[in-house]
Amino acid sequence: MADNLGTSPDEVQFRFRDDEPVDHAAVTVDSCCDQTNATAVRIEPGDDARVLLPFLDRLALVEVNFPSFGDGRGYSAARILREAGYAGELRAVGAVLIDQLSHMRRCGFDSFAPDKRLDEEDAARAFATWENVYQRAADARRTIADKRHEA
Amino acid sequence: MYRYDQYDQAMVDARVEEFRDQARRRLEGKLTEDQFKPLRLMNGLYLQLHAYMLRVAIPYGTLDARQMEILADIADKYDRGYGHFTTRQNIQYNWIKLEDCADALADLATVEMHAIQTSGNCIRNISSDHFAGAAADEVVDPRPYAELMRQWSSFHPEFTYLPRKFKIAVIASEKDRAAMRLHDIGVRIVARDGEVGAQFYAGGGMGRTPMIAPLIRDFVPIDQFITYAEACLRVYNRYGRRDNKYKARIKILVHELGAAEYIRQVEEEFAHLLSVGVEPPREELARITAYFAPPAFVDGPKTVDRSDPDFALWVDRNTHRHKHDAYVSAVISLKPAGGIPGDATSEQMRVVARLAREYSFDELRVMHTQNLLLPHVRIADLHAVWTALDEAGLGAPNMDTIEDIIACPGLDYCSLANARSIPLAQRISERFAETGRTEVVGELKLKISGCINACGHHHAGHIGILGVDKKGTENYQISLGGSEAEDVSLAKITGPGFDEDGVIAAVEKVTDIYLATRADGERFLDTYRRIGMEPFKEALYG
Repeated sequence: MADNLGTSPDEVQFRFRDDEPVDHAAVTVDSCCDQTNATAVRIEPGDDARVLLPFLDRLALVEVNFPSFGDGRGYSAARILREAGYAGELRAVGAVLIDQLSHMRRCGFDSFAPDKRLDEEDAARAFATWENVYQRAADARRTIADKRHEA
Repeated sequence: MYRYDQYDQAMVDARVEEFRDQARRRLEGKLTEDQFKPLRLMNGLYLQLHAYMLRVAIPYGTLDARQMEILADIADKYDRGYGHFTTRQNIQYNWIKLEDCADALADLATVEMHAIQTSGNCIRNISSDHFAGAAADEVVDPRPYAELMRQWSSFHPEFTYLPRKFKIAVIASEKDRAAMRLHDIGVRIVARDGEVGAQFYAGGGMGRTPMIAPLIRDFVPIDQFITYAEACLRVYNRYGRRDNKYKARIKILVHELGAAEYIRQVEEEFAHLLSVGVEPPREELARITAYFAPPAFVDGPKTVDRSDPDFALWVDRNTHRHKHDAYVSAVISLKPAGGIPGDATSEQMRVVARLAREYSFDELRVMHTQNLLLPHVRIADLHAVWTALDEAGLGAPNMDTIEDIIACPGLDYCSLANARSIPLAQRISERFAETGRTEVVGELKLKISGCINACGHHHAGHIGILGVDKKGTENYQISLGGSEAEDVSLAKITGPGFDEDGVIAAVEKVTDIYLATRADGERFLDTYRRIGMEPFKEALYG
């Protein structure tokens, strides 16, 4: 069962990377910790993303599942992985909606596999909604405060 | 006060357009009502019993005359000519149409205002001491720190879908005039050895499980302030309960983990985030602070002519000591006897705006007690201010008296309520005003909630009243001994509830006991704390 987890590259609607997507299924966090060869893993809301930190070097894809759009734990999971230096693909899957896209992007997600395909135009608008941002996050954008005080 | 630069303005403008687009997608059926709900909530739009309600943010309760005038215009254009000021220093409009909402938000944006994050499971509008910048006892003006938090918390990408709503209050004095320890996070700005820092409390709140926030860090250096707040929020976002909406507030997490374990987790996350570097540049706080430079106060008379007893009473009751001795802060009561607590008509808002412009350096405050405030009034101008307020029906001399009731909207508006709050508040204030008891009793904070969610702060009332539904009829329980101030405590229930007439009589009986047993200088709360619940119980049920 664990081997059939995850989304295939065909299900990815938006991807902000140039490398080849991983073409095999993801495993659970528990399996990932037990198997030394897993390169794709799927995080559920209750999982602690930090248990993956020792394995980041070998991971090429981390999927973060959003079974319901109102459960925001995946945003923290994503930032924690990026803060730890994870550079592989970080994919938001499940109940991913238009109005979450820009926040997810800021938390470090660089691919999106919504379980219901999103309107392309609405999504393009959503990704571009915030020309400026107030907080530092995983996307390394310069914040409004940074711009105010740049020499 | 703070002014938007082009970035702040662009953020608010972008939000208005985003909301227009969300409303369009909802109407086109691209968003279900379930999906739209959190989006409209994060723009302050609730669905109440009879109509939509729009809650507008007034950051740390500070606004100027121009902003108050737009609030008045919105009341006339999109509502029924009045608004309701709330316990979180915001304003609510009760009769907004969905199709007008984006236009109302656009009007607000013209005066640097918005409804961002006034609802929803996100970090809400930051509240503060209503006397900030004026109080003689503050260490610093807390508002720059609140503004720094406003910017950090606005559209925070990680904390938009928290387990539950999240309320933060920032104060900067030993006295607590913002119910700081009854917030999810309470911050007190302090100075230690000449260095400014932040004391953090976490896990307070009212609602169905009231809790007083424990101290979680005595001193956070000010250049790590936002980083520490981010650590608090991250631990909550990851581990706050999501299985039960009624156990999802941070108070339950802190309670279930224990403060020590919550602190341990926050400290670990804090150390990590310090290494990541999420703090705004140091210069940002200095930039914000410059906007809050004190106005140019001038010397003048320090006393008033007390020959008019009505005026003298108002001065005694409704003014508060200012850091400059020729000034006071003047409370504008929105609690006329028999009136609806917190309501103001558009005409009253315009009067208040004019007075702010003329007599208070163009500054106004909304108080968590649902009153308004002119923060900096020359003592020499007090009579003119009082005269104008009195003519507008805003001159009630009743700050902190039993007429100064906090009441939630209750069953008259709210779909969650079990009982009406407003008519009860009206009858109690009318009764005490008529019998002349208000003045005899002195300071007595009465707070009424129409349901267990405690929006009327009944847990923190010297006398608290909770409306419940008892087999289809409204029933009111009384509790005693609460306080939201620096002597914070939670009120205890006296016993079985009363019907509407019964609860009014019960409040009078409770004040009888107080008047019969008080020692010199004791407030109601002090007497209760000294003699305990028994004498009151005896009077009510004996």
